[in-house]
Amino acid sequence: MPSTIAEKILAYHAGAEEVSPGELINASVDFALGNDITAPIAIEAFRQIGATKVFNPSRIALIADHFVPNKDIESAEQVKRMRTFAREYRIKHFYETGKMGVEHALLPEMGLVVPGDLVIGADSHTCTYGALGAFATGVGSTDFAAAMATGEVWLRVPESIKFVYHGKPSKWVSGKDLILHTIGRIGVDGALYRAMEFSGDTLSFLSMADRLAMCNMAVEAGAKAGIMEPDRITLEYVKARAQRKFKRYVSDPEAHYREVLKFDARKIGLQVAYPPLPSNTRPVEEASGVPIDQVVIGSCTNGRIEDMRVAAKILRRNKVHRNIRCLIIPATPTVFKQCSKEGLMDTFLEAGAAVCTPTCGPCLGGHMGILAEGERALATTNRNFVGRMGHPRSEVYLAGPAVAAATAIRGKISSPEQVLSKRSRKK
Amino acid sequence: MDYLKITGPAWTFGNNVDTDQITPGHYMDLPIEEMSKHVFEPIAPEFVSDFKAGGIIVGGSNFGCGSSRETAPDALKFLGVAAIVAESFARIFFRNAIAIGLPVLVCPGIASAVSMGDELEVDFEAARVTNLSTKKQFQATPLHHIMVESLKKGGIMKMLADT
Repeated sequence: MPSTIAEKILAYHAGAEEVSPGELINASVDFALGNDITAPIAIEAFRQIGATKVFNPSRIALIADHFVPNKDIESAEQVKRMRTFAREYRIKHFYETGKMGVEHALLPEMGLVVPGDLVIGADSHTCTYGALGAFATGVGSTDFAAAMATGEVWLRVPESIKFVYHGKPSKWVSGKDLILHTIGRIGVDGALYRAMEFSGDTLSFLSMADRLAMCNMAVEAGAKAGIMEPDRITLEYVKARAQRKFKRYVSDPEAHYREVLKFDARKIGLQVAYPPLPSNTRPVEEASGVPIDQVVIGSCTNGRIEDMRVAAKILRRNKVHRNIRCLIIPATPTVFKQCSKEGLMDTFLEAGAAVCTPTCGPCLGGHMGILAEGERALATTNRNFVGRMGHPRSEVYLAGPAVAAATAIRGKISSPEQVLSKRSRKK
Repeated sequence: MDYLKITGPAWTFGNNVDTDQITPGHYMDLPIEEMSKHVFEPIAPEFVSDFKAGGIIVGGSNFGCGSSRETAPDALKFLGVAAIVAESFARIFFRNAIAIGLPVLVCPGIASAVSMGDELEVDFEAARVTNLSTKKQFQATPLHHIMVESLKKGGIMKMLADT
């Protein structure tokens, strides 16, 4: 039976010739991860069932990224529980601040997750790794605990929806804009329980950062996974860092999809998602002028070096608006160092932005940039739910790094052209 | 538990109730007893004081979307939510609920057929929801027998501990 890439990876891990959508399978996992809000609960569950060892100490990551550097005693206790557990069970991938990065930026960067993998993570944005050609999906703490103990997980094989993008995206338009546009079209439950397979010639114009951003937000359409077939760009990225052998899967041409949706990427402009749902997307031109208090550039969606470069290009020789606090959070220490090497750090600091150590921080309203009542943020993060970044009556607008940087300069939602045309007039 | 059937008054919500609304992010480092005091704070702050243990939540589509935080179903269970019935669930929330032993059921057509306070009977094994106040009955999507088993045992950890 012709199969999709998702079905092939699941079949392999279930030890089956093939699997069909709807089927419940017990599958072996290649890698499992949790963070400082999900892992402590998983550790407690792990101890409660009397488990005495983990399935493989080098295939588990415990990433303390949400409330780190710890914001208070309670969060410090959470990380302490992870640290103790990691030492006790010799978990290889536990990193202290300074080496720690935002989980879904860190793991691909380190080559810990590779094409063909089945990855489960106690974090909804685990679907990010689909950009590598892996099947990766979010679960809760209890499932993570069970996977740590058994190395297995039960999964329902999802139906796949194919998203085909055609043409070269316009200047400044990134993977973030493509995925926001897509979610705007299908809605926050438009891919509920399904795998979103992204394809088409547009992908050859997209960096790994763009692709990771697209798969990252598959869950915002309700999807179980976002996935892409590995191509030359993927393999180049993976070969430079893979810590294990990997396997490249592709979909059969006759594979069955529940739906095939086509997009002309040349016609997709810069996007802004209005609160309180990632599906409330509009072209930036329509959002232009909305006053903003805080800009956040970072997160597991857009905290990679490519995102930093885009922000710097726009912020260079510009100043952050006096009413704006602009927080730039490189997602990993490597991205941070690279920003420094390339002079981006100087650009950010000269512009009057604050550069923070890697953390999820404000994205989930944890710390490092919480909003007061009535305040409004524009962020390169992935969720703009009610109260997501702070007070229930604060608001979050989502966009890519280009719109975020332009907004930081003008103090209101802006396109990069609005900033750059002004700069060229000045000359 | 021999047969999984739950009766109780309904507390209704709309579509796309996300886990940040159920247990907001900035309370994520608190113990469940403390965190539970903030359940639904952004959209229904009265829930914590007014909800009576044993009640049933009725949701619209995509209930529990967003973060994978298990604290969302956990805090609801802690407050005594006996079951959740919705038009559809976000998959991680649904999965987590089954995993921790909070009964959930997908029941198309239910959201518009239940008003706040209606008495419901949710039969998980027959996959049937009855609105006892209006005498109307709805066919739900049957749960896989392993899921029913997990709910009866009180979660997958209890199942694993038994094996």
